[in-house]
Parts: sequence; structure tokens; C-alpha cells
Amino acid sequence: MKIFIFIVFVFLVHFHGLSQDCTDILSGQVIDYHDKTPLEKAVIQIVGTQNIVETDDNGKFKILDLCSGEYELEISHPDCSTVFIEVNLEGIEWVDIRLEHHIEELEEVKVIGDAVANKTNSAIEESLRLTTLEQYSSGNLGDALKELGGVSSLNTGANIVKPAIHGLNGSRVLILNDGVRMQDMEWGDEHAPNIDINSAGSISVIKGASALQYGGDAIGGVILMEQARIPSKDTLYGKTLVNGILNGRGGNITSELTRAFKKGWFLKGQGSYKRLGDQETPDYVLSNTGIKEIGASLQFGKRLFTWGWDARYSFYTSEIAILRASHIGSVDDLIRAINSGEPQVINPFTYELQNPRQEVTHHLGKIKFYKRFEGLGKWNLQYDYQNNRRFEFDVRRGGRGDQAAIDLELTTHTLSSDFKWDAKEKYQLQFGLLGRYQENFPNPETGVRRLIPDYEKYDFGAFITGEYRLNDQLLVDAGIRYDFSRIDAQKFYQTSRWEERGYDAEFQDLIVEDRGTQLLVNPVFDYNNISGTVGFKYSENDANATRLNYAIAKRAPNPSELFSDGLHHSAARIELGDLSIQSETSHKISLSYQRQFKQWGFTLEPYGNFIKDFILLEPTGVEFTIRGAFPVWEYRQTDARLLGLDFSSYIDWTKNWETEHKFSLVKGKDVDKDAALINIPAASLRNKIIFSRPEWNGFEAFLESQYVFRQNEFPENLWVFSPADQEDVLLEINTPPNAYHLIAAGAKKGFQLKRNMKLTTSLTLTNLLNTKYRDYLNRQRFYADDLGRNIILQLKLNY
Amino acid sequence: MKTSKFLFTTAVAGALLMSCSNDDEAPDDVNEEEVITTMTITLVPEGGGTTVTLQTQDLDGDGPEEPDVTISGSLSENTTYNGSIVLLNETEDPAEEVNEEIEGEAAEHQFFFEVGIGLNLNVAYADDESDYVSAETGENFTTTNPVGLVFTATTTDAGTGTFTVTLRHEPTKPNDGTTGDAGGETDITETFDLVVE
Repeated sequence: MKIFIFIVFVFLVHFHGLSQDCTDILSGQVIDYHDKTPLEKAVIQIVGTQNIVETDDNGKFKILDLCSGEYELEISHPDCSTVFIEVNLEGIEWVDIRLEHHIEELEEVKVIGDAVANKTNSAIEESLRLTTLEQYSSGNLGDALKELGGVSSLNTGANIVKPAIHGLNGSRVLILNDGVRMQDMEWGDEHAPNIDINSAGSISVIKGASALQYGGDAIGGVILMEQARIPSKDTLYGKTLVNGILNGRGGNITSELTRAFKKGWFLKGQGSYKRLGDQETPDYVLSNTGIKEIGASLQFGKRLFTWGWDARYSFYTSEIAILRASHIGSVDDLIRAINSGEPQVINPFTYELQNPRQEVTHHLGKIKFYKRFEGLGKWNLQYDYQNNRRFEFDVRRGGRGDQAAIDLELTTHTLSSDFKWDAKEKYQLQFGLLGRYQENFPNPETGVRRLIPDYEKYDFGAFITGEYRLNDQLLVDAGIRYDFSRIDAQKFYQTSRWEERGYDAEFQDLIVEDRGTQLLVNPVFDYNNISGTVGFKYSENDANATRLNYAIAKRAPNPSELFSDGLHHSAARIELGDLSIQSETSHKISLSYQRQFKQWGFTLEPYGNFIKDFILLEPTGVEFTIRGAFPVWEYRQTDARLLGLDFSSYIDWTKNWETEHKFSLVKGKDVDKDAALINIPAASLRNKIIFSRPEWNGFEAFLESQYVFRQNEFPENLWVFSPADQEDVLLEINTPPNAYHLIAAGAKKGFQLKRNMKLTTSLTLTNLLNTKYRDYLNRQRFYADDLGRNIILQLKLNY
Repeated sequence: MKTSKFLFTTAVAGALLMSCSNDDEAPDDVNEEEVITTMTITLVPEGGGTTVTLQTQDLDGDGPEEPDVTISGSLSENTTYNGSIVLLNETEDPAEEVNEEIEGEAAEHQFFFEVGIGLNLNVAYADDESDYVSAETGENFTTTNPVGLVFTATTTDAGTGTFTVTLRHEPTKPNDGTTGDAGGETDITETFDLVVE
């Protein structure tokens, strides 16, 4: 997908020409950069003139009768990106011009935001995708990704949205933010990615672990957020988007400005601010659901074809209020909340963000260098630094509300390098290495026992991937990756918990210090994981493609799976990790069949993911404390099977009318227990009618229906003893809510204000009929309905 | 072969990253100051007699051990008891009395006394918010909703049944005196099986 923009440096030999009467001659040869073959039919034009020549079958050309002086040449070829070079002509000159003849592409099963009719022009896909991102400018990453088939989300309310690919989320989904793997504590259910959606130019999703260069543990998949390409010409451009959001009575503004130079230098800055107050369901205010979010990024560097570097710094901070009614004390409170069907706390609308709330800040710094070696390939070197600080404030007693109940600081350094051999037409190889050091510091000042301990983590990875083009129709790819990771933690266990877990039999040697009621232990665990992938893509022509991929991926357990122990206040449950958890192994087979006809097309993607030792967190019972009974959620390992299907299609009925249809289904099964897996998204069906009249200033309107089925496959509920009722009651913690149907509509139109200034206005209505509903994958479904109608008015100014 | 040299350098750098020396200091203990481990309810009969003490104690907080419940004896028929509640955090040394914090936030706390079928006991609040000094303002509260740190419990005929005491944080105030109506979060709840004889 990355087409590099570049300039070729030309080495010129100066002749001291004597002529001054425009008899100079410019000749030269155009060759492929990689394999040095001459390129026929390349077009050379002297910019600003009608002087055009083509190269012959030896790639050579000649332009006669020129005057001495400086010229700019534009060299284009059907298979290559266009190049501009400057020539200082005196007498007779010869220039060697090298063209980049490779369109670098990911060949994995890739999600395209839309079943686009003409795949030949990737620019359309890109702009479409940017359009979708802009549409979600006031939302978040997880919401936007749900436009794609097979992508759902695990929510805590409307502002904390964790993307899920083919039913899997959290540590199983890698997020690459401009080439940097996000390290933002993806462990917890209420830890959303710390990313400003407005900082991306396009987002792709790879549904599976076949993109080994990003990591071997992407059992769910990879989300790639990439920057828009910056042209190498003298230019200054930017855009500003303003959204007014009715539900939450707020809005956001985002702005970006890019300055680029012909010599490859560029500078880009971007910033966003978002503010919402309490959001509302059709019937009541969701008290304490506001959000404040700030994102900013600065990027600069120099990009030439042969070498280049860029540096990036991005900052993200968000303060998210958590539904007040979801903060509960014990099982009885939970039963009460579930049975009452409406929130226990409803206050008048406010912009205030009160406890419980979280405040997260993420700093990301990156510097990347690349160099091409003629006739060989491209070498990349990247260092990145991330710092993630998370505060969770709780409803506390004795004036401790201003003291965070969770205060974690995660610092990560990563050094990575790869080399890509792309000199040969038929095959490519990529080899890479990675080293990473990570440290987590949980601040003891909280006055609450640490949910995640102090730890240091070391990762080392090496991969080799390759692709081989057998013929015009068939492309085969394969790869293998090795990952080592060591986690060295220091953790206090309550002596009672240590014994209750049976660790005194197995892990007694980890104890460093016995402090009576607490034990300080120092677990050091090593994980060696090997992942691999193999697959092919067969396409007879541009209109259809079949892809088959098998990937084996292994993921080492994350700190919360290993070390959680105790009451997680924000979830009102006791979460227990397990020190003996080992890596999980996924075998995923995915097939994708894509066909396009004259006026319609479809994509069909069935897949099967067979996961050995799948780590899951599920309710297992209750524990009694002086505060009452709490549901206990334990991590355990089992063999799981996920089978699913994504289908999408489009039909162009007339020039102006188009419909889109999407269906996703995934079934998760715990093979050991012969029972349903928890938190598997329900089947969903989306249909959209789009009317577009480009000649009316790009007018477009749509009407969309989204039907989400009821999840009928869920784990059994628990019988728990209720102290209030003095008897066992059924805790319906797993019962999914009913199916729901939402209607959305929108329209947009552009206005050309000046030659290079364009205003686009759009109006979007979601949940148009103000339907009352709850979603199975929203953890706040126990306490309150989901959002009611929302109207978003957007003004976009490109300049 | 410049390229391999670069890659080699990277590998070495990676290896260096991996081999950081490990001279960690032990992390600090977390001082759990908000935990309530112990609730002691003292019932003193008016006009003399045997004091009855009810206690629930959970020294490992949210750990796996269940609270230890003790009842010193049975109540007498037709007697009025003056009840008072003491809350302790015994994870600290010396144990910290938590009553102060409850009193300072009296408007945000309330004890609920719920009597099961078969136990002939009537409970009445003997305090209200205005008896306590607000930690925020330093003045007595001006509101007069019940709190329940002190109460009276009057027995009638003999019988047995449950007596549930619950402390709620941020309940709806005023309320009808039941946990169902009050909402809020449970800070403590314990059910005692009492005998009136």
C-alpha cells in the first residue's frame, strides 16, 4: 500500500558547451531501480512545454534543439510512480533516470472499507477510507472500525470502545499507530486504545496473524493506522473539521496543516479537542458519561527515494467519566441493578466529569530511518518510545476522591529494523528484528492494593517473510517468526490468597519476603513463541480474487492474566489471574472470495480459528467479604473454536443509486466444556442505500439499517447466595439483551469557496427512531440502556 | 556488505536491550487505609443486664477468607437495648477507627437495620446527621436524616430470626429505611442470626 514518493538524484557531467543558439541535446536512459532493466514507453516531458518524448525499447530517449539552461523533467510510466528531476543543460547531456517499478502492497487478507468497484485505482479506496474516518471524526477508533465486516467492539459505555476482530479483542488485537505498536495497557476491558482517530490518514485491518512483521501474537488481528501520503512538492495545505454533537451536547474540533517541499522535506502538525457532557438514552440522562479528549501530533522529516527519515511525536490525553450507576458495591447491588432495569442514579444533565472516571495520557515518540540499496532492497530502522499513564478515580470515602485508586505508569522502548529484498520481479523477502523493554510502575500512594504489579518485560523478535509470484494469477506468501519474552514482576500477594490459589505448593520458591499477612514474590517467566503463516492469492483478472491463508500464532499471557488478584473496584468484581497460565496457540484458516461484475460485486470470507489454551476471564462464583458477596471472575485456559463468516456486497442500481449489504457472524465455543464462549459478538446485518449526485457539489445522502441479532449462545448464569434474600438467587450476569434494530441517515454537500478552499457540510443522524436497546458487548448493559438519538452536524474546510 | 553490518548492529543493540542488569528494589507496601475489617455492634440493655456484642471481622479484606462472625449471646425478651457501632481498619497497626470518617460524611452514609421473620425486634435510629461535624465544612450538618451509628433495639416476645446490618455509601436520602429503596453502594453488610429468649 505504501507507494513511495521520491526524487531521483542525478549525477551530471558538465561539458563546457560553446553553443548558445539552442542546439543543445538532452538524452538519457530510463531504467528500473530494482533490477536495472530498461523501461520502454516511459514518457519524458519538459515541464511547462509541449516537448514530449517516449523511450524506445532500450529505455533510451533524446530531445534535440534545446537552449542551455535549467529544465524540469517529468518522467512517467504506466507501471511506476511519476518522477520529477531537474537538469542543468549546457551542450550535450546524458541522464540516467531510475524509476520505482514496485507498488508495495500488503498481500494479506485485507479489509477494504468498502467493496470498491475499481480495485485498480487504490486512491479511490484511500479517499473513501479517509471519508469514513472523517465521518467518525467526533467518535473513536472502535466506532469507525465497526464499519468493516467482522469488526465489532467491547464497550464500557459509549466512550470506552475496544475494537474486536472476529470476536477477539484486547491483547489479541495489535494496533499499529504509524508503525508503532501501541503499548497502552490493552489488558483491561475498560482500557480503550489511546488514539485520536483524527490523527490517521487511513486505517486497515488485517483479520488474523498473517502480518508477521508486526508481531506473532495477533490472534485476533492487526489494525494499521497509517498517515496520509505527503507529496514531494512545494505545497502548504490543511483541513479543519468541526462537529456539533447533540447527544452529550458538545462537539469536537480537529485541524491539521502540512508543509512539504520539493526536496523531500516535510512538516505536519495536527491537533484535536473533544468535549461532551452526559449522554442520554431515549428516556433518561446517563449520569456521569461525559468526556474530555485532546490529541496532538507533530511529524517532520525528509523523504527521498534512496533514503529518508522521519520523526513523530504524538500526545493523547482523555478524561472519561464512567456511568455513576455502574459503580456498585456487591452482588446484592448487582442483582438490584439488573432487576430494576434502570440506573440507580439519574441526575440532571451536567458537563462535569465526576468519579468514577479515568484519566489517561499517552506520549509516543518515534524516529525512523530508511535507505534503499540499488538492485537490492530497502532497509528500515526505527526507535520508538511510549509512556502511558493511567489514573482511575473511584467513589471513595473520607475525602479520598481526589486520590486515584489505580495509578499505573507504563514505559516502553522499542528498537526494530527490517530489510526488504525486492529487487526481483518474482519474489520478495523481508527479514526483521525487534528488541523491546517495558516497565510498569504502579504507584503505591493509591491506598489500594495494586491491580497490576511492578514488572519489567523484555521482548525479542525475529521474522522472515516472503512472497513469490508464480505467474500473473497466482501469488504465494509465507513467513515465520520467533518471539521471546520475559516478564520479571514483583508483587505482593495476600497470604490467604496465595494459599487459596494453591501457589504455596507450586510457586513457594518465588517468595522473596514474608511480611505476615502479605508475601512479596518475584516471578520471572520466559515465553518462547514461534508463529508462522502460509497462503496464496489467486486472481484471474482485476475483477475477482481468491485468497486462502493459514496462520499459526502464539501469544504469551499479559500481566493481568497472570497477576490479577483482588477486587477490581471499577468492575465491582474480584478478578483472579493465574501464575501457571501459558501461551495460547491459534490456528486460523481464512478464505476470501471476491467477485465483481458490471454493476455489483461481493466478498465472502469464511474463517475458522482453533485456539489451544485460549485464555479467558469468566464469572465462576462469589466470595464473601465484609462488604458483601462479590462475583469472582477467574482467568482460565481452555481449547476454543471460533467459526465465522463475513459477507459484504454492493449493487450499483443506477448512476446515482447504490446499495451496500454486510453480514457478520461468529460462533465461539469452549471445546473442553462443550459450552458457548463468553463475550462473542452477536450476528449483525447492515444495509445501506446511498444516493449520490457528484454534479450537485458532491451531494450524497444515505439511509442505513443495522440489525443486531440476540446472542443466543452464552455461558450459563450463576446461582449465588444473596445475603439480602438469605437464599440462592440466579445472577443473570451472562444473559444477553434482546436483538435490536437501529436506523441511521445522513447527507453531505460540498461548496467550493475559492480555488483551493472547499467547505463540506454534513448531517448525520444515528438511532433515528430513538430506539431503546442494550448491547451484549457493552459492560454497562446491566445498569442502563444504550444511547438514544444523536445528531451530528459537521463542517469540514479543506484549504 | 553494508546491509548485513547494519542488521548485525541492530541485533547487538537488541541483545544489549535484553541484558539489562536486574538490581530492582522491592516495591513499597501499599497502605490500605480505606478498608473496613471489623464491625462491632454493642447492645447495652437499659436498666442493666448482659451486654450483647455482635461482630464481623474480615482481616484479609477482599481476600478469599470469609468474614468471621461472632455473637456473644441471646437477647432478653421485652428489653430495650442501646446499640452503638464501631468500625475498625485492623490492617493498620495500631488499628484505625473508621467511625470518624463516617461521621465526617454523615450525609453520605446510612446504616440499615433489617429484621427477618420470626425475630421480634424493633429498631429505631438514635442519631441524625446534625449530631455530627462535617469534615468538609467543620460545622455540624444542618440536615437531620438518620445515620445509625447509634440506635435502639427493642425486643418483645421470644423468637429467632436474622438481623441484617448494612452500611451504604451515597444512598438516596431521605429513604424509607430499607436498602431496596436507598440504593448506593454497600460498604459493609452482615447478617446475624439472633435469638430472643
